[in-house]
Amino acid sequence: MTAPPPDTIRGADGVEYEAVIGLEVHAELRTRTKMFSGAPNAFGGAPNVNIDPTSLGLPGSLPVLNRRAVGLAIRFGLAVGSTIQRAIFHRKNYFYPDMPKDFQISQYDEPICAGGEIEAIDDAGGLHTVRLVRAHLEEDTGKLVHRGGGGRIHEADSSLVDYNRAGVPLLEIVSEPDIRSPAQARAYVNELRAILRELDVSDVKMEEGSLRVDANISVRAVGDTRLGTRAEIKNMNSVRSLQRALEFEFERQVRICAARGEVVQETRHWNEEDGQTHSMRSKEEAFDYRYFPEPDLVPIVPDPAWVEEIRAGLPELLPARRVQAVCGTHGVSADLVMSVVYTPGLADWVDAEVAAGADAGRAYVWASQEVLAHMNETGTAVSGLRIPARAFVELTELTRDGTLSSKLAKQVLRAVLDSGRSPREVVEEEGLAQISDSGELEGIVAGVLDSNPEAVEKYRAGEEKVIGFLVGQVMKATQGKANPGQVNEILRARIGS
Amino acid sequence: MSISRADVVHVAKLARLELTEEEIEQFTGQLSDILDHAARIRELDTEDVAPTAHPLPLANVMREDEPGPTLDREAFLSQAPACEDGYVRVPRILDESGGGPGGGS
Repeated sequence: MTAPPPDTIRGADGVEYEAVIGLEVHAELRTRTKMFSGAPNAFGGAPNVNIDPTSLGLPGSLPVLNRRAVGLAIRFGLAVGSTIQRAIFHRKNYFYPDMPKDFQISQYDEPICAGGEIEAIDDAGGLHTVRLVRAHLEEDTGKLVHRGGGGRIHEADSSLVDYNRAGVPLLEIVSEPDIRSPAQARAYVNELRAILRELDVSDVKMEEGSLRVDANISVRAVGDTRLGTRAEIKNMNSVRSLQRALEFEFERQVRICAARGEVVQETRHWNEEDGQTHSMRSKEEAFDYRYFPEPDLVPIVPDPAWVEEIRAGLPELLPARRVQAVCGTHGVSADLVMSVVYTPGLADWVDAEVAAGADAGRAYVWASQEVLAHMNETGTAVSGLRIPARAFVELTELTRDGTLSSKLAKQVLRAVLDSGRSPREVVEEEGLAQISDSGELEGIVAGVLDSNPEAVEKYRAGEEKVIGFLVGQVMKATQGKANPGQVNEILRARIGS
Repeated sequence: MSISRADVVHVAKLARLELTEEEIEQFTGQLSDILDHAARIRELDTEDVAPTAHPLPLANVMREDEPGPTLDREAFLSQAPACEDGYVRVPRILDESGGGPGGGS
C-alpha cells in the first residue's frame, strides 16, 4: 500500500486548507420488483421490457408500496443506529426524459431512517465515525444512452431511453459533512458497500450502477469552523474514481481560495479520461422541485413488532468492527483482515475454519493472500471456490508438526485451490513435505559444502553471514523443502568445528 | 393580490407552459383569488394539529414483492414519437447554454 496523501493542502498563500466532504450514496435495493409496481427489478437484458403502466407513469396508474423495499430500508437503518420513524412520500417535480411521470416519488422531511452513523477503518487501522443525516426511500429513473458527440451529453445529437430502471427501489444514504479527506471518503464508501452487501440490502455494484455516489466538497482553512461554498461532484463509477475526483476537486478549490477567488456553488461532472471535474454550466435559476406530499400513497408507520423481527436478524458485528475484533484478538494487520472481511462470504468461511481449529493469524494471512489472489486470477466468488472444508485446519496441523514450512504451506494452498484436493493429498501426491530426515539432509549439506569451498573458508575466517548463502544453496538443492532452521544447525555443526 | 405576475411567469416556466399576456393577467387574478380563499384557514389556531399527509386515516398500505404483468414493448413503443432499437428516442437534452436539472438520482 502506498502512503496515504496528506489530509491537508498548503495553498500558494501559505494557508493550510482542509477538505469538508459529505456523500450521498444511492443503493438499488435487492427486491424482485419495482418500488411501486410488480414490474421486475432486473439489470441487463433488452431495453424497455421491465415496464408497466406505473413505472411509465401512464394516466390512471397508481403506486402501491413494495413491503420488501421498506423492510430492507429498516434493516439498513437498524444496523447503523438510525431512528426508524413514521415516513411519508413526496413528489419531487422536474422534467427529464428518463423520468416519464415528470416527478420522482421520494422522501423529503419525513424519511424512514433518521440519523445513525457509519464507522469506517481509516488508513492507520483505527475507526473513523461519519454521522448520517438520513436514509430515505425513492424510485430510480430510467437510463439514457447519448447518441453522437462520443456519448457525452453536451455534444449528443439525441438520446435513447430505457425505462427498465424506472421505478427500481433506491435507498439514498446521506452523510453529514464529517469526511475530511478523499481517502476517508473511499474508506467510508468501502465500509458502506460492505454493510449493504453483508445485510443483503443491495448488491452494490458500482460498475452496474446499483451503487452510485455523489460528493459534496468544500474547503476551508484549518481551524476555521465555517463551511465554504461547496461543489457537487457526480459521475464517479468506482471507489477509485471517487477518490481521484475528490483529490482533483480539493486541489482545484484550494487554488481558487489561495488566489482569493470564489468557489461557485454548482454541479461538476467527473471525467475519467482527463482526470478532471467539469462544470455542468447550470442555469442561474435554482432548481425548484416544488416538493409536496404524494397524494397517492399513505404514510408508513413502522410496526414495532416488525421492526424488532428485522432487528433480530441483524449480523452481530458490522464489517469495520469485525476487522477491529480480529486485529485485536489475533494481531493480524488491519489491511489483511479488511481485504478478507470486505470480500463477501470469505470471513465467514475463515471464521468457521478457525472455530474448527485453524490458526487464526495464519488463516487470515492465507485468505488475504493466496485465496484472494486465486479469486482475482480466476474470477471466482467464495461460493465457487473448490477449497474443501477443514483445508485451513489441515494446513495449520501440517505447519505445526513441521511437515510444511510457511512457504511450502502457501504452495500447497495454491495447489488445493487449483485442484480441490485436500492439503494432505497435495503433500502426499506432490511430495511437498519438508525434508526432516536428518540423514538425507546431512547428505545434501555435505554436497553443498563440497562445491562451495570458498564460502566455507570465509565462514571459518569469521565471516558469519556467509551461512545465509549456504542455507540458500541447500534450500535450492531441496526445492525449498528443507527446514531452514534444521539446515542452519547442521551447517554450523559441520563447519563450525 | 397574494401572487405577483412574476410568480405566475415563474410557475408557468417550471411547468413548461407557454402563456399569452392575457393569460398571465387572467391567471394572476384567478390564482390570487384561490390563494386568498385558502389563506382563510390560517385564521384557525392549528398549534396542536399535526400536518395532514393524507385525508384518509390509513397507513402501511403495501404489497408483497411479487412480480406482476408487464407491458408489451412494441405496444409501448408504438405510442412514442420516435424509437430506435427498442429504445425511445428523444431530442438532445442540453441546449448550447448547458443546463438541465441536477435532480434525479
